[in-house]
Amino acid sequence: MEFERLEAPYLAPTANVAGIMQQVLLALVPAAIAHVWFFGPGLVFNLVVAATACVGGEALMMRLRGRPAVSALSDYSALVTAALLAFALPSLTPWWITATAALFAIIVAKHLYGGLGFNIFNPAMAGYVAVLVAFPMQLNLWVAPRMGDIDYQFLTVLQTLKYTLTGSLPDMLTYDQVSRATPLDAMKTGLNDMRTPAEIRSLPVMGDFGGVGWEWIGNLIAIGGFWLMIRKVIRWHIPLGVGAGLLIPAGLMWLLSPGTEPSPGFHMFSGAAMLCAFFIATDPVSAAASPKGRFVYGAGIGFLIYAIRTWGADVDGVAYAVLIMNMAVPAIDRITRPRIVGHARNARAP
Amino acid sequence: MPSPAPTYDLGRLHGGLRLAAHKSASTGLPVQSPPLPAQLILPIDQHVGEPARPLVGIGEHVLRGQLLAESTGTLGAPVHASSSGKVVAIEPWPVAGRRGDPAPCIVIECDGDDRAVESRGNPVPYAELPGDEVLRRILQGGIVGLGGAVYPTAQKLMQAAAGELEYLILNGAECEPYISCDDMLMRERAGDIVSGAQILLHALGLDSACIVVESDKPDAIKQLAAAMTDAADERLVLKQVPTIYPSGGEDQLVQLVTDREVPSGGLPTDVGCLVQNVGTAAAIHDWLRDGEPLVSRITTISGDGIAQPMNVRARIGTTVAELVQFAGGYTDSARHLVIGGPMTGKSVSTDRVPLVKATNCILVLSEVPQPGPELPCIRCGECAAVCPVQLQPQQLFWYACADDERQLRSHGLTDCIECGCCDLVCPSHIPLTYDFRMAKARIRELEDEKARAERARRRFEARNERLQREQRERETELARQKETARKAGPDAIAEIMKRKQQDDGD
Amino acid sequence: MLTAVLILTVIALIAGLGLGFAARKLPADSSELVERVNELLPQTQCAQCGYPGCRPYAAAIVEDGAAINLCPPGGNDTVRRLADLLGRSEAPPLATGPAAPAVAVIDESLCIGCTYCRAACPVDAIVGAHQLMHTVIEQECTGCELCVAPCPVDCISMRAT
Repeated sequence: MEFERLEAPYLAPTANVAGIMQQVLLALVPAAIAHVWFFGPGLVFNLVVAATACVGGEALMMRLRGRPAVSALSDYSALVTAALLAFALPSLTPWWITATAALFAIIVAKHLYGGLGFNIFNPAMAGYVAVLVAFPMQLNLWVAPRMGDIDYQFLTVLQTLKYTLTGSLPDMLTYDQVSRATPLDAMKTGLNDMRTPAEIRSLPVMGDFGGVGWEWIGNLIAIGGFWLMIRKVIRWHIPLGVGAGLLIPAGLMWLLSPGTEPSPGFHMFSGAAMLCAFFIATDPVSAAASPKGRFVYGAGIGFLIYAIRTWGADVDGVAYAVLIMNMAVPAIDRITRPRIVGHARNARAP
Repeated sequence: MPSPAPTYDLGRLHGGLRLAAHKSASTGLPVQSPPLPAQLILPIDQHVGEPARPLVGIGEHVLRGQLLAESTGTLGAPVHASSSGKVVAIEPWPVAGRRGDPAPCIVIECDGDDRAVESRGNPVPYAELPGDEVLRRILQGGIVGLGGAVYPTAQKLMQAAAGELEYLILNGAECEPYISCDDMLMRERAGDIVSGAQILLHALGLDSACIVVESDKPDAIKQLAAAMTDAADERLVLKQVPTIYPSGGEDQLVQLVTDREVPSGGLPTDVGCLVQNVGTAAAIHDWLRDGEPLVSRITTISGDGIAQPMNVRARIGTTVAELVQFAGGYTDSARHLVIGGPMTGKSVSTDRVPLVKATNCILVLSEVPQPGPELPCIRCGECAAVCPVQLQPQQLFWYACADDERQLRSHGLTDCIECGCCDLVCPSHIPLTYDFRMAKARIRELEDEKARAERARRRFEARNERLQREQRERETELARQKETARKAGPDAIAEIMKRKQQDDGD
Repeated sequence: MLTAVLILTVIALIAGLGLGFAARKLPADSSELVERVNELLPQTQCAQCGYPGCRPYAAAIVEDGAAINLCPPGGNDTVRRLADLLGRSEAPPLATGPAAPAVAVIDESLCIGCTYCRAACPVDAIVGAHQLMHTVIEQECTGCELCVAPCPVDCISMRAT
């Protein structure tokens, strides 16, 4: 009997890229629900716009590169970028800003570098920084969370949709009534005004340890992240690195001078720090290669987040921290190459 | 008293995979004996090194165990007849080593009598012989590594004996799925394995040996422990290792059992260890105690394309087709024939290939699920997490695509043992093992090119030097002659010229 | 802010002038570079590049700025490696096509033992004495074809390997 020849191994592979991306999206769902509960339906509209722009941009770029579009779209990575952008952007964002961020992320940060697997920078963060620099006013408009403040007006679904499509609020409302400074923003301005963290924490936008709403979202992101770790979709080195890099300096400074430093818990549960630790920094393509390298990479991001928040101009610092460490990845890879079995223990990598 | 109590591993293996074993299907029955085939096809190249040189002619009648082809060169092994019969041809025949393409084989038509040569039945009292004499006898038995590497055993032992050996390790790990031939050998012939170990200890002048088995083989462990108790030999020890693929690889086993790393590009003997498959040990026992050279081996026939999976003790040279028929034939879903295991085996194009010394498993699989198109590497790092040699396959892949020979070497491509673990876990379904094999060939090609260019350059420079030297010698000679002429004076020259003219005129 | 712009511009000017000066006036160690370029060449010594051997061609590349795509036996691979070594951004395709690997073969029935081909071979791959049979040592022949022309009886041909 005659047979067809194959290449070893002859067992089915155990994983696939689409499956990994789908699990990442699944892990974000609880946090997304909390986000919608606290901050309104803006996230959903942002997601729709971002997803459309990401998928459309990817299809366009694959066509321009002469490749079949379906081979890129079927790995779901564009949707993951869209989801991270939707989380990073304020929930009240006009559609053109979201679309710009998404298109920049997919076209410039991903496909102009060669597509999936070849991008040096995290596409979502690159897209976010692009619109942060181009539309600074609109990206400072953060909806206030559901917190029972009588001066505050929660927008309805239709009003949110109208804002997303036109960028204008309903006639009776002003920006002040709809938005509030984020916890991080409030903390930064308050500290600049020489108020103590304890005083700042009495603002209604602050919750038990982070900000109202952001605590819930942070916890659910962490739960999603741990689920991904159990499923071996991500490994523990980067989240632990980010956590250590952020919490150790923050903790030290807070212990030394609690009157002028927010607590490490505040840092971890505010802004996109938790999202960064489990979902943004863990993007495998732009992260370091070896386990030790990944820990160093995560620690660098964590420390940069702390540094930018404390001494830099940006309020959150996550996006810049990630992009700066992306640049350092080739150097980190060279320095943290694992020792090959059978090679001398103190041999330096050439 | 020997210590048959199993102990767990001392060293730790990085990475590796826990694979579904698929072994219970073929271990339900005891080892079966298929009937003598009508024809035996014996390739002359069943081992690492030079192919053997045929000594018999067409039409010659041979007996079982008779020497058919002698080993040539410094590395090789002889080939013996697996049964009595007539040599009908020495011609190309499809072989598994070439994945179904032909190679020279000696074809014997069996006469059914299965008569053995006369020297059988006079066991060699090995204990009375010096160690290197035992090694020389092993050379004549056609014994090669039966774990699949088929390195000529005698030469391996001789090389090891020349160095500093501390441990003899008998490899009963058998970590690859589906393969169970060593398991069955350990269950049924544990005593012969122990005897082979004792012969090896004597031949090498060692006093410590351990037999290593994976923990998923409790029956084998029990039998081996009993055989060791019977032998009452304090030098022998039984060790268990966890069931992780590829703990049965030679370097990996050394690391697990002795916590020593085989240096890159080196051999286990560099760290004082010698590894032999349990089947090889039993074959040594057969040859030195019973006078039976390597003419048969236990092979697993398994896979969901086989009606009745089993282990058989078959004659070397039996075709795979006959063995499959003995095992109940193909099922309707049979699609691929693999000689070897599902991780490192070779898929062959025809079942006319014969069973050879290297054939530890005949695997017939139904459709291997198509992995889908190959995506770019997403640097997830799963491959590096499972690599037993702690390589970074994602980096190796990058440099293999870039054809960057320097970086490939620096990242350890030559240390890759081609186990296939990285392939299985890659979510982008990149055929990493295949790519690395190609890259290794490319590196060898570049090395050859460089060596050729270097030789040509040296010859060119030597030639230039020679021409310059000849030129210099001519010049010195000319200068010397001019000097002589000058010293002699113009009159002497005129004399010589006149004499020459007179000579020419004559 | 204007002062900052001015200061940076002045620094950039100084640095640029300094580098330009260094590049022109300070001699680079070119002999080592010639050696490295020579190592990348296939050592066929065939002179198809127009230079009498691989080392002269290497010297010409480094010192005279000769084109790097003149070596057919090296193929496009060598052009690429030379471009990498010399820091050039583009590797132009070979000026002539790549040479197929070949060896010279002497037809022994025609050879008259004149030794012209033996003298022509740059790597001494032809053995033979005056008025005696000549033959090519196949392993050492680089396929440069320099022996084909000098043969007065046209007994040398190239055989593809």
